[in-house]
Amino acid sequence: MTERITKSMAKNIYYGGGTFALLIFIALTFDTVHQIPERSNEVDMTKSVVAGKKLWEDNNCVGCHTIVGEGAYYAPELMNVFQRRGASDEGAFKGYMQGWMAAQPLDTPNRRKMPQFHLTNEQVDNLSDFLIWTSKVNANEWPPTIEG
Amino acid sequence: MKYSSQAVAKPYFIFALILLAGEILFGLLMAIQYIYGDFLFPLIPFNVLRMVHTNLLIVLLLNGFMGATYYLVPEEAESELWSSKLAIITFWIFAAAGVATILGYLFVPYAELTELTFNNLLPTMGREFLEQPLPTKVGIVVVVLSYILNTAMTVLKGRKTVITTVLLSGLFGLAVFFLFAFYVPENLIMDKFFWWFTVHLWVEATWELIMGAILAFVLIKTTGVDREHIDKWLYLIIAMTMVSGILGTGHHFFYMGAPEYWLWIGSISSAVEPLPFFLMILFAYTMTRDRKIKHDNEIALTWAKGTAIMSFLGAGVWGFFHTLAPVNMFTHGTQLTAAHGHLSFYGAYIMIIFTMVSYAMPILRGRPHGNCQKAQKVELNSFWMMNIGMMGLTLALSAAGIVQILDQRVGTELIGFMESQESIEGIYMIRAGFGALVFAGLLTYFYSFFVKEEAK
Repeated sequence: MTERITKSMAKNIYYGGGTFALLIFIALTFDTVHQIPERSNEVDMTKSVVAGKKLWEDNNCVGCHTIVGEGAYYAPELMNVFQRRGASDEGAFKGYMQGWMAAQPLDTPNRRKMPQFHLTNEQVDNLSDFLIWTSKVNANEWPPTIEG
Repeated sequence: MKYSSQAVAKPYFIFALILLAGEILFGLLMAIQYIYGDFLFPLIPFNVLRMVHTNLLIVLLLNGFMGATYYLVPEEAESELWSSKLAIITFWIFAAAGVATILGYLFVPYAELTELTFNNLLPTMGREFLEQPLPTKVGIVVVVLSYILNTAMTVLKGRKTVITTVLLSGLFGLAVFFLFAFYVPENLIMDKFFWWFTVHLWVEATWELIMGAILAFVLIKTTGVDREHIDKWLYLIIAMTMVSGILGTGHHFFYMGAPEYWLWIGSISSAVEPLPFFLMILFAYTMTRDRKIKHDNEIALTWAKGTAIMSFLGAGVWGFFHTLAPVNMFTHGTQLTAAHGHLSFYGAYIMIIFTMVSYAMPILRGRPHGNCQKAQKVELNSFWMMNIGMMGLTLALSAAGIVQILDQRVGTELIGFMESQESIEGIYMIRAGFGALVFAGLLTYFYSFFVKEEAK
């Protein structure tokens, strides 16, 4: 098969094909950037949600957890933790989060440990708001089950 | 060694190998913490171990690419390096920044590190693989730009070959796509979308150009096959890489908040992604079959064939397993991703660096015909230990991923994440065992450097 392909043909496929793919990619990028605000309900992205995202990053939460399926696989997925631990009730979830964050690290021998991050009550609420907002993103019906 | 400036490659190679030992060591520590949660806690929590593990990988690969480039570019351009002084200075800057960053991860709590390193001015930290503090990220940009400058100037004043053109376009892409590491939108979904521009387009597009160029160089040197022939293969491989890899980014956009059309575009393009790796196998074996010379450094050619096969398995086959959208619905965010990540990084990028080091290091040490038979034999043993170890741990992680899916995502009697992880403990032990084999393989590889040359 390769005998019939010359070097200049291969070169043309590289430049032509590469450029073609790149152009489609750029066009779709513009469209995706246009659609993400609606799919992620950006209107509901309050100051608290933004503060929660910053806390999520500053404490490197993604170093153990996944969120929307991306991150480390040491600890549970958190896109749907609002449904799983808060039964989709904001008050219940925020209460749960305050208790959970204060109780870390749990005392169970050899269970994987979550560090104590010394967050204020307000910061924990920020994190809760961030996770609640994330749970409502349209991710094409992922995760498949509540256990994530 | 034909050009004295090629010698600057040596410290890059040595440092890359030392970092690799560190990377594997931290991988082993994580493998143990996976099973015994109290191990090293709270001294080094999991996220810190993981950051060190993955960041060492990134720094070592960049080091390896730089070493490989500085070795091959003078020979390709038929001219001394534009500035070997600059190459040495950037080596020390990069090494110092790398070590300081790792020490920062280990000894300063991450939240404190963000404050100490001006992350509040321009937040870029706390995202997977791009955890580096702002000064480190800026340092990477400076080092990469000086690396490109040095390479480009050398190529401009000398002979232009397809290998250096491809290499330079890979480097240029590497620099451009790293800029997205500085763009962190407040919207998590937008953030994730552009995060992949760095992560995917490095690993599955621009780095493949670099890998292809290095592979082509070593094949020319060890088989003596006509350059025209090699060039054609190289173009064909990278053509398939670009056609499949760029739109293949879409396989990351299935279930993270991006529009539905990525389900189709990502699935179709990335189904083609194994093809360039398959071509690499044909490339390596055809060139070996048609070889004009029999180089005494046989182990370098063994690595070249090995990297083609292992990257096809890791990136091609293991990538394909979960790249179709309906399958990815269940595999997204499980250990299957980790399995694919491990074998593809090892097969494509660690092994291409081994290939280059195996070819170039003996020459840099005054052994133009390669190491002695005894040393090559030791190295061949290490080749098999590392390959079997990586294959074993990939299979273990794949099994872990499948159990996870069955436990948490399929059927009606589902169990939670932590419970599922407990049921996987035995598999994680097997994973740790194969990880130890990889480490033993690397130590054996190191030992091959110290095997005494037989007197001739």
